Amino acid sequence: MNRYAWWKYLIIAIALLVGLVYSLPNLFGEAPAVQLSSGKATVKLTPDDVERVKAALQQGGVVADFVEFDAGSIKARFKDADTQLKARDVIGKVFNPDPADPRYIVALNLLSRSPHWLRSLHAQPMYLGLDLRGGVHFLMQVDMKAAVTQKIESMTGDIRSLLRDKDIRHAGIRREGDTIQVRFRDEATRAAALNAIKDALGDLTLTPSADTAPDADAPLLITGVLKPESMRKVQEQALKQNITTLHNRINELGVAEPVIQQQGVDRVVVQLPGVQDTARAKDIIGRTATLEVRMVDDSTEAQAAAAGGAVPFGTERYLERGGIPVVVKRQVVLTGDNLTDAQAGFDENQEPAVHLTLDARGARIFRDVTRDNVGKRMAIILFEKGKGEVVTAPVIRGEISGGRVQISGRMTSEEAADTALLLRAGSLAAPMEIIEERTVGPSLGAENIEMGFKSLMYGFCAIAVFMVIYYMLFGVFSTVALAVNLLLLVAVLSMLQATLTLPGIAAIALTLGMAIDANVLINERVREELRNGSAPQSAIHAGFEHAWATILDSNITTLIAGVALLAFGSGPVRGFAVVHCLGILTSMFSAVFFSRGLVNLWYGRQKKLKSVSIGQVWKAQE
Amino acid sequence: MEFFRIKRDIPFMRHALVFNVISFLTFAAAVFFLATRGLHLSIEFTGGSLIELQYAQSADLPKTRQAIEALNYGDVQVQKFGSSRDVLVRLPLRGTMKQDEVVAQVFDAVCRAEGGAVVNEAVPDKGVQRLCKAGAAQPVTLQRSEFVGPQVGDELAQDGALALLVTVVGIMIYLAIRFEWKFAVAGIIANLHDVIIILGFFAFFQWEFSLSVLAAVLAVLGYSVNESVVIFDRIRETFRKQRKMSVREVIDHAITSTTSRTIITHGSTEVMVLAMLIFGGPTLHYFALALTIGIVFGIYSSVFVAAAIAMWLGVKREDLIKSTKKDVDPNDPNAGAVV
Repeated sequence: MNRYAWWKYLIIAIALLVGLVYSLPNLFGEAPAVQLSSGKATVKLTPDDVERVKAALQQGGVVADFVEFDAGSIKARFKDADTQLKARDVIGKVFNPDPADPRYIVALNLLSRSPHWLRSLHAQPMYLGLDLRGGVHFLMQVDMKAAVTQKIESMTGDIRSLLRDKDIRHAGIRREGDTIQVRFRDEATRAAALNAIKDALGDLTLTPSADTAPDADAPLLITGVLKPESMRKVQEQALKQNITTLHNRINELGVAEPVIQQQGVDRVVVQLPGVQDTARAKDIIGRTATLEVRMVDDSTEAQAAAAGGAVPFGTERYLERGGIPVVVKRQVVLTGDNLTDAQAGFDENQEPAVHLTLDARGARIFRDVTRDNVGKRMAIILFEKGKGEVVTAPVIRGEISGGRVQISGRMTSEEAADTALLLRAGSLAAPMEIIEERTVGPSLGAENIEMGFKSLMYGFCAIAVFMVIYYMLFGVFSTVALAVNLLLLVAVLSMLQATLTLPGIAAIALTLGMAIDANVLINERVREELRNGSAPQSAIHAGFEHAWATILDSNITTLIAGVALLAFGSGPVRGFAVVHCLGILTSMFSAVFFSRGLVNLWYGRQKKLKSVSIGQVWKAQE
Repeated sequence: MEFFRIKRDIPFMRHALVFNVISFLTFAAAVFFLATRGLHLSIEFTGGSLIELQYAQSADLPKTRQAIEALNYGDVQVQKFGSSRDVLVRLPLRGTMKQDEVVAQVFDAVCRAEGGAVVNEAVPDKGVQRLCKAGAAQPVTLQRSEFVGPQVGDELAQDGALALLVTVVGIMIYLAIRFEWKFAVAGIIANLHDVIIILGFFAFFQWEFSLSVLAAVLAVLGYSVNESVVIFDRIRETFRKQRKMSVREVIDHAITSTTSRTIITHGSTEVMVLAMLIFGGPTLHYFALALTIGIVFGIYSSVFVAAAIAMWLGVKREDLIKSTKKDVDPNDPNAGAVV
């Protein structure tokens, strides 16, 4: 009766193997490494760049353990910190020939010391939270009201020029809070305007009304309010754009693994591991980038100047991506303020393109400029930190009206997506405010790890000693099961790359302390069966059977609390809850399924089992 | 080895009234302290700044306090944090002042009190760091700083309350389905009483109530319901097996036969928690403390309170054992036939 089918042992063996492999990287520790990643959205690293890094290192006489391409960045591991620093300089020189304009980020990082075969299985050590590795944490609140106001403001302008284009006479357009009010003198104009606005601006709910104030000289009104779904879209886009912008800016800090995530509907979490200098981090996060559209100077002097030498009066030289210099006029045609959206897509020839949407003012200017400059080139320049880069400089093929601009030609769809993102991400969509800030020194992080580990180890040892003394061989089984639980939990955390924080380590300890409950239940049940005079084999069987229902019940109640914490918790509570929930799940496997397997393996084959080593079974003397 | 050599069922329920009175008194005391003293909430809830400093030598608290109070930040707390060299400084919210300015000012004041001067120094690999230097030595270093704006606090308290509510409702529903509503009510009352008592301790001693303590409280809630579940399971089983026992005897029997397991399990969990309390350092201190109180009172409430309440609510054999054959007439030859 106490036999497992072969496939159950197989499951156990596989679980153990997987658990071992994926928890293994945690034992190797970390080695210094250099991480090369793209510093600008227009620059992309490809696997081919690995060879360039290798060549650069070879030239510099630096020996790397390995160089690999991983998720958009190249990582090279070195044997000590000295080599690492040297390698950084060597790689920096090759990839950023102009230190004033770094195109790539060369950051110092730590990589697991695990051997190659483990990395090829994607087995990585647990991802440590800021409290364990040191760094800066910001929680930023996006001012959604401002984002909506901005949208309403730009729509007010759109309505104004729409009515002018259609020659509809109004008596004033105003923004009142989050509504737009357009006044009219007579009913017919209002009806015409209502239709015109409805057709052009689908995002607004329009209601005609009358101003009851007696002195109103234009009593007829149209009130426009953003539709709820449009409002949501505006807010979502604002948040998304802010996150993209933050990404671009943080790239310049040279942080190896920044975390930029949405939290709730209007918040962004920024975590910069290893960064200690909050002031600089904030400076860069708070910066603004601007977009400008200018005309390219294609005169012969300018052509000559582009190659080198002084530029003609009233022009400036900027580099296009790819490094080709372009000479543009100083006069600004449009700025990013007039850009409402940029999306990647395809043009009529099914070639990748970027579609820009301009607001009404921008559209009018753009129409005039393109009409007057057919055949000439126009440059779209992005300014960051006072330095400009030409994103693209297309030739104007004809007059472009309606505010919908398409940039195409010589672009891959990836480049189109990047350009769209860059144009959108140039500036923040809505102001942000830092509402929570946390800095943890690196030595404190190391201390936290040590203290957490120590308490885990001592607690585990104390429980193990007690279990073995009290339950003898069954205590050994329970202890092994508990160790397997720890192994699986670490493996699952490593696999999921869930963030491990100090409360997370506490949750591991607590979960182990709770997990032993299942084994105690089983062992006590087996003893009880023996006490009631059952034969050893059937006592084991009945003990496990009876305990199972109770174990399930009690784990489910614990899990309910864990899930509630996970759903409503934030920060440290969440870190605790994730580990706690996972630990409950792994403990069900190890304490019941696995420990039964051990018992079956040991006792299951003995047909005439006389006694079970489960400590003394005391019987009351009647 | 066997610790618990219990010959006969212990008549727990005979003293149920006494136990209930005791728990009611502790509960009332906890509520009283919560109401009069209130919780000492951490800056995560109240908003404010927190700065952790590490001194090269044992820290001179009065000197540090004086230096910081001279900055006129209002209600400033300066206290040891773990070792004698670590000091924690808590500052209330300061209008429009930026966090890094606050940190810089405090660090500067503390540094000057130690006879050093703050310099910005480039540290290899870590960029520019603000260090306090007195000659070549660093008398004090900045370990970490935290700032929480006023917006976050209310929300955290709300989320915490919501998590508590969902846990309570979830557990009640589960117990009601798995057992019976009387058990659900009994279990939840018993365990909420644990939660209130933990909070009472925190209010009485004015220990700092932080987010991790909140996590501990909820974990305790889930954990001590375990205990009630184990006993309820036993009660159900005993009802099935022992048809002649009275309700009171059944409950006594169930509690007695699970005593050994109760003590050992909680002992093991407590060992882990104690390890955290001793070795886990100051960050985990109150977390572990909340768990300790929760585990101790969890045993008490599950054994003495939950079962007693279930008894007062009038648990009966019929509540737990649903007889499926009841409606079938034994003389009907077609009983159970389904077309």
